[in-house]
Amino acid sequence: MRIIRAFSFLLTLLLVAAVAFLFVAWRSEIPVDEQAASAAHPPELVAKGAQLAAVGNCIACHTVPGKPAFSGGLAVPTPFGTIHSTNITPDPETGIGHWSEAAFERAMREGVDRDGNHLYPAFPYDHFTWVTPEDNKALYAFLMTRQPVKAETPDNSLTFPLEFRPLLAGWKLLFFRKGQLQPDPGQSAEWNRGRYLSEGLGHCGACHTPRNSLGAEDVERHFAGGEAEGWQAYAIDENSKAPVPWDAESLAFYLRNGWHELHGVSRGPMAEVTGNLSLLPDSDIAAISIYVASLMGEPSPERLQKAEQLRAQFGGGRIIQASDSQTPPAPAASDHPGAAIYQAACATCHESGRQQPFGGLNFALSTAVHAPNPQNVVNVTLFGLPPADGKASAVMPGFAAMLTDRQIADLLAYMREQFSDEAAWQDLEAQVANTRSGKYHVAVRPSDGIERAPHNVGAKEE
Amino acid sequence: MDMLETGITRRGLMAGTGALVVSFSMGRALAREAAPQPAAPQPATPEPPALPGSLDDERFLDSWIRIDADNAVTVFTGKAELGQGVRTALLQVAAEELETDPKDIELVTADTGRTPNEGFTAGSQSMQNSGTAIRNAAAQVRAILLAEAGRRFGVPPESLKVENRTITAPDGRSVTYGELVSGQMLHVEAQPQSPLKDPGSFRHMGRPMQRVDIPGKVTGQPAYVHDLRLEGMLHARVVRPPSAAAQLSELDTTSIEAMPGVVSVVLDGNFLAVVAEKEFQAINAMRALSAASRWEEKETLPDQNDLPAALQNLEREVGTVAEAGNMPSFTGRIFAATFSRPYQIHGSIGPSCAVAHMKPDGTLDVWSHTQGVFPDRAAISEMLGMPPEKVRVIHMEGSGCYGHNGADDAAADAALIATKLPGRPVRVQWMREQEHSWEPYGPAMLVKVKASLDETGRIANWGYDLWSNTHSTRPGGAPALRGARHKAPPFPASPAKMQISPSGNGDRNANPLYTIANKRVLWHFLPDMPLRVSALRALGAYANVFAIESTMDELAILADADPVEFRLRHLEDPRARDVVQLAAEQFGWSNMPMPRNRGRGFGFARYKNLAAYMAVAVEAEVEPETGRVRIVRAVSAIDSGEVVNPDGIRNQTEGGILQTISWTLYEAVSFDRTRITSTDWSSYPILRFASIPDKVDVHIVGRPGQPFLGTAEAAQGPTAGAVANAVRNATGKRLYDLPLTRDRVRAAIAT
Amino acid sequence: MAISLKVNGEDKRIDADPATPLLYVLRDDLALNGAKYGCGLGQCGSCMVVVNGEAVLSCMTPVMLMEGREITTVEGLGTIEEPGPLQQAFIEMQAAQCGYCIPGMMMSAHALLRRNANPSDEDIRQALGTNLCRCGTHMRIMAAIRRAGELMQAAGLPAAGEGRTG
Repeated sequence: MRIIRAFSFLLTLLLVAAVAFLFVAWRSEIPVDEQAASAAHPPELVAKGAQLAAVGNCIACHTVPGKPAFSGGLAVPTPFGTIHSTNITPDPETGIGHWSEAAFERAMREGVDRDGNHLYPAFPYDHFTWVTPEDNKALYAFLMTRQPVKAETPDNSLTFPLEFRPLLAGWKLLFFRKGQLQPDPGQSAEWNRGRYLSEGLGHCGACHTPRNSLGAEDVERHFAGGEAEGWQAYAIDENSKAPVPWDAESLAFYLRNGWHELHGVSRGPMAEVTGNLSLLPDSDIAAISIYVASLMGEPSPERLQKAEQLRAQFGGGRIIQASDSQTPPAPAASDHPGAAIYQAACATCHESGRQQPFGGLNFALSTAVHAPNPQNVVNVTLFGLPPADGKASAVMPGFAAMLTDRQIADLLAYMREQFSDEAAWQDLEAQVANTRSGKYHVAVRPSDGIERAPHNVGAKEE
Repeated sequence: MDMLETGITRRGLMAGTGALVVSFSMGRALAREAAPQPAAPQPATPEPPALPGSLDDERFLDSWIRIDADNAVTVFTGKAELGQGVRTALLQVAAEELETDPKDIELVTADTGRTPNEGFTAGSQSMQNSGTAIRNAAAQVRAILLAEAGRRFGVPPESLKVENRTITAPDGRSVTYGELVSGQMLHVEAQPQSPLKDPGSFRHMGRPMQRVDIPGKVTGQPAYVHDLRLEGMLHARVVRPPSAAAQLSELDTTSIEAMPGVVSVVLDGNFLAVVAEKEFQAINAMRALSAASRWEEKETLPDQNDLPAALQNLEREVGTVAEAGNMPSFTGRIFAATFSRPYQIHGSIGPSCAVAHMKPDGTLDVWSHTQGVFPDRAAISEMLGMPPEKVRVIHMEGSGCYGHNGADDAAADAALIATKLPGRPVRVQWMREQEHSWEPYGPAMLVKVKASLDETGRIANWGYDLWSNTHSTRPGGAPALRGARHKAPPFPASPAKMQISPSGNGDRNANPLYTIANKRVLWHFLPDMPLRVSALRALGAYANVFAIESTMDELAILADADPVEFRLRHLEDPRARDVVQLAAEQFGWSNMPMPRNRGRGFGFARYKNLAAYMAVAVEAEVEPETGRVRIVRAVSAIDSGEVVNPDGIRNQTEGGILQTISWTLYEAVSFDRTRITSTDWSSYPILRFASIPDKVDVHIVGRPGQPFLGTAEAAQGPTAGAVANAVRNATGKRLYDLPLTRDRVRAAIAT
Repeated sequence: MAISLKVNGEDKRIDADPATPLLYVLRDDLALNGAKYGCGLGQCGSCMVVVNGEAVLSCMTPVMLMEGREITTVEGLGTIEEPGPLQQAFIEMQAAQCGYCIPGMMMSAHALLRRNANPSDEDIRQALGTNLCRCGTHMRIMAAIRRAGELMQAAGLPAAGEGRTG
């Protein structure tokens, strides 16, 4: 009896909890707005929305390369399975053509779609919640004036029981704080603008902040480095491994141009970010740079001293380019098995002194070679930097077919030893093998560009 | 010039073949290649009758066709295979009139030691010049052989049959060409009229023939000068100054001379090169030499960000290209705009290459992919101070050139180096960065158009002003060669002169073919060339037709007319109307609204206003978010006159369309005030497979019995116009500046 | 340094600086014309060869890395007397103008067709992503590669997966 009573008590408790949970989880449908897609929007608002969409890098996730912009369907691999981005063109059936502005605003602010379903946090509403109503209005105006594209979003394939969306309410309870960003009165207006753009729509932390086991950003380690699409998103806090520390000026140049002479070119998913930011006014780029640089802290005197040396050695100069842009291979500097490969296959370009963005970056300047995880340098060595479509860009051939896993591991170990004071990387050969085989998935893109060309090499998925 | 008449026997090579051994004077050829040409004519010999094509210059039949006793047929052309397929087309022409199979003819192309001097292989004129000459010569040779056979058989020549180089009498007796030929039989001057075959009886002309060079090229046979390997050959690389005006200030070559395999470092003024036993040794030594050199540089380049102003500031002279009716005065519906085109490169995939051999007898052989072996010989011999007859320039194929690229310069480099290392052949190949930086560019241009409509919607007034350098600085002398400009003492640049001719130069196609009552077309000539420029496929026609065809569409919009109908409204020439109508029809031209971000565009021109007619319609897709333009399909119609190889015409026209899409969407040379900064394919991107159209169609309007009009350069202007018009149609925005880059399109859409 | 290579099925021994790009060894030491110098930077694909089944830019490949590997150049696809299916297809489609880039195109295509004898247009464009053509022969090159796939399938030649290496 007591057992039964206890059981029914537990059952009741569970039911109450479930009802309470569903109550918390439940979101109403926002009615269809038949006129939404045909409504007129002022051109200035649409233009402002275009800039904001560029800050949000919306096109990158919501477009499959080669398919129409914003028509969704891009497979986003996560530790919990594959999620497909949705069609955010104003197509009434498959896109957001029936979404009222209120529905759009709610999705941005709360991560709930028009039907009332919770959205997976692959859509970074933990950042977008901070976007102001005025900016959401402009974004809405921009998206609703795009070309409607009929494109069904493929089904997600997630591990059980995550396909049950109400569970996301629990995730939200744990990790999501709806709200508005309050300006920090102790900081400049520029800094606050930069913070708003970076933490809100720009969602830098979505890649640059590590995530916990439930896929939420680890707020304690804000900007301490994360990953995206098979690439390491470097630490952009005081843990930054950039040999020449970033400052607001160099960051602004990099974000504006997609390269910096002492840091190299943007590539991987960051290429799309810098490609998109070209729409932004200088003032916004400067604001983002000031804010992000402030989080990197003041570099140590030793780091600054080292940076000065590097700057003197590699900065500003113009090399004589009277023949070609390579340098003769030097004899291997050591009997390390990677040394000979480095000299013959890498040094001719990477030590030629040819300027960025088209020359090979000297590895003394490379964050990739100094980073704790070698993934980026593995990716670039294997797959190279494919040419952008009809646009000037750094181009580097991939060495996958030329070098074995062992050779690449030797080469990278040598480069790590030669160009950095950091500890050796572990298990390099296995990491190269997993990357080559596709077990570890990498999206390969040209440097600095939003690549939307059909069939273009930049869209290669490895 | 007469003193040269005693020159060498140019057909010495033919001695001892037992056939027609003909020696004739080099005087005429040498006189014509010497530059600049003398202005004053020699007095008082009566003008000989004009002969068809290049026969007018090389008047003896045996300059073109030789028949050996063993019935072997050799045909000589002064034109060169540039990848345009001329070798195949000339074989078809010769085989047709000689009644033989193309495979039984040996065709000898441009070689100063063997072939007629036909100047440059350029301007889509090979078929007009050489094709016409060979066709007429072949027909006359056939007639001579038939007459001889008739004499031998005692029957009238008309009764003879001829097939596969064998002539048969009605009674069955037969004789081969080889058996008929003797002595000086073919060493006769050609006649103005030839017994050409009737097109109805053609066996080779007018039919697609597989290109004779392709099997070798796809199986790795030696096909290019790059593949020439001579006994004892050395490899050289040049080190060019970092910028055009740079002077060598410091150089220590000791360590370079000690590098493995290095045979010699060549230093002559600012001309710097290294020679080694093996190619990669030469490359490494070149890199070391480059790093060891110090140069004083000067800012001599214009401000790239304000090119229009820079071009207008260079104006020194104005010439009238065309005038008709009254001085244009603009009232009513007016369109006015300024168009521009940047410096663009030829961009051969294979950088320029040459082999030169200074032989013990004091003569120099040069193998080059030059477009003009005779003019190149004149320039090289002038540079070296050698008599031209001691220099032989032999054409070997290079990578496609599309005009005056680095070929002549590389030949000069090889020649200059070879003279310093007599006895061993020297191969020079340019590096990619050198090709991008040092080839002569297609000139930047600026065009201002103003036009107005009358009440009936016809163009009443047309004012057109173009600013441009010359588009041809080809070798006509040593100063046109890079090496000659760098060696000590340097050959100073010869001043460029404006020349207005029917076929045009910078002003090519500046005069619209459309019927316009009052028009004035002016060329504001820029003699100074801050960036070195020369002939790039189509010369000024590319930018001029781009401007004219863009304007035509804007005027059609003003007139509320369909763009195709509006063009036809102003076209009288029936052949022009035919290609316009055919392209429009095959494209499915209509005024139906296109899907959003898609557009259609039309372009037309008659190349040089006197050669091939070409019209093209394209469909473009524009992605407004990125500004990216892709041409989805192109449908064209071309009338090149009498068709020799229809597949050759199609191949050239497809290529012309695709190359022009690349120029028009992507390409511009970049530079700072001192140096060229677009030095490879990463900094100067061109069309890649990712962006090619889904479909490109070429429809040929055949004109049997009409003169050859040439093909290779017909597509550039019309395609540029069609692409710009399609972007206009897709976006509602007119773009005035080439190239129509993503950034420009996106910016235009945003306004 | 003496290096052993297997080129077009034949064992070759050459003496070269180990850092020499494979391209120059093929052209100058072995007198093969197929691989062409185009840029030396891995941007144009004219130097493309196939190494152990995969397309490789020979201008960027130090010959020392090729010890013991199987290298195929366009000469290894057939001869002018007996052209292989890829060569036949390029001849049939007249897929060349100047032809300089074509052997590189063919080697990229060869690597593709070994994996997939029935490639889509998208597969072909992707496989030719590195290869530049300046004459504008692209449409014919596409057609020739499709045609080569048909010829190879008709001849029952090996395709899928064979010869890939890790």
